[in-house]
Amino acid sequence: MLFLIIVGVIIGALAILLTHLGNPANMGFCIACFLRDIAGGLGLHRAGVVQYLRPEIAGLGLGAMAVAWLKGEFRARGGVGLLRFVLGFAMMIGALVFLGCPLRMVLRLAGGDLNALVGLLGFVCGIYVGVLALKSGYNPGRAYPQPRGTAFIYPVVLAALLAAVALRPQFIFFSAEGPGSMAAPVLASLGAGLVVGILAQRSRLCLAGGIRDMILIRDPHLLWGFTGIFAAALIGNIALGKFNLGFANQPIAHTAHLWNFLGLAVVGFAAVLAGGCPLRQLIMAGEGDTDAVLTVLGMVAGAAFAHNFGLAGSAAGVAPAGRVAVLVALAVLVLIGFGHRLQAKARRSEKEVA
Amino acid sequence: MELDVTGLSCPMPVVKVKEAIEAGKLPLQVKVSAGAPRDNVKRLAQKMGLAVAEKPAGAGAYWLELNAR
Repeated sequence: MLFLIIVGVIIGALAILLTHLGNPANMGFCIACFLRDIAGGLGLHRAGVVQYLRPEIAGLGLGAMAVAWLKGEFRARGGVGLLRFVLGFAMMIGALVFLGCPLRMVLRLAGGDLNALVGLLGFVCGIYVGVLALKSGYNPGRAYPQPRGTAFIYPVVLAALLAAVALRPQFIFFSAEGPGSMAAPVLASLGAGLVVGILAQRSRLCLAGGIRDMILIRDPHLLWGFTGIFAAALIGNIALGKFNLGFANQPIAHTAHLWNFLGLAVVGFAAVLAGGCPLRQLIMAGEGDTDAVLTVLGMVAGAAFAHNFGLAGSAAGVAPAGRVAVLVALAVLVLIGFGHRLQAKARRSEKEVA
Repeated sequence: MELDVTGLSCPMPVVKVKEAIEAGKLPLQVKVSAGAPRDNVKRLAQKMGLAVAEKPAGAGAYWLELNAR
């Protein structure tokens, strides 16, 4: 418990530091936003204001890889496959409608953004529905050991992203304005990512897991990390005069309550079905979990679609296409989470007919 | 009783072990993957006041023997 609080406090403090060094407001860390920026940096979407190969993401994966290796937990494994890609995709659609992953939700709350409180309610409800799916018998199946080499695919891709940030080749996009242009120095971003990657790997921190375990088995263990992040970021924001309580005029946020709620409900639901929040997926990907790598790829693809088709939220709110996308994502998650019940019913009625 | 929860994603290992304990299946031999599942099952057992003995099972897995104190 103490370790998780300390990990949370360090993450919260680093997030405030990164914001201070140049990252966008309440976005010291945001897994969804950073993956969206990476999708943009690679040219997978052409929203010019959100394109940057965020070194934090590489740091998270490489830090997790290094410490997992030292502790004998770096193992190639996988087997669930396509399902995890779809869950990552859905997670990203929900997160970009809300404008942040669960980690940024905590940081937005700590900045006084009450829209994040609406998001938190949605997140809890989504997790609750995910727990209902688990209780009704949802089981994504088992991961099995994979050839050792497959564990290196994700770290190699991360190293390539870092190389691209350093060399700035012509085919990589860098925002000249907007959130994508706001960034802490590369080495600070990378260093913070490495530290958080190591700490998150050791503590198994998961923003969805705390609420899930509380509902499912009354275990508050992981919630302590959540609390630590909030407390440190809150104190940091107040000390730096960046705390601004209210709904209106919050940085990179909108006040469409229903869509803030449903956006994070999608993230919470998908996170339970995928075995962890977006941050946790990055960490597991670094450990050699190829299903988590697929989840991350799903998130990147989701971000590309979100911006190519105008699904993402903005300060102006959520466009009709984004609303439809959230509802479709929810429908897909219900089908994934409760689909086995349809099968069971069909089998029963077949027997009755026979 | 033996229970293999290797390769299951969170929170299935803990859920399955808890079900088995509550069904009175002690002593329980659980095969878990290294990392979060191993930590979580051990924490659950300790919370439920059980004794835990551990030995490596190879290929990144462990056998945990859970028993009443």
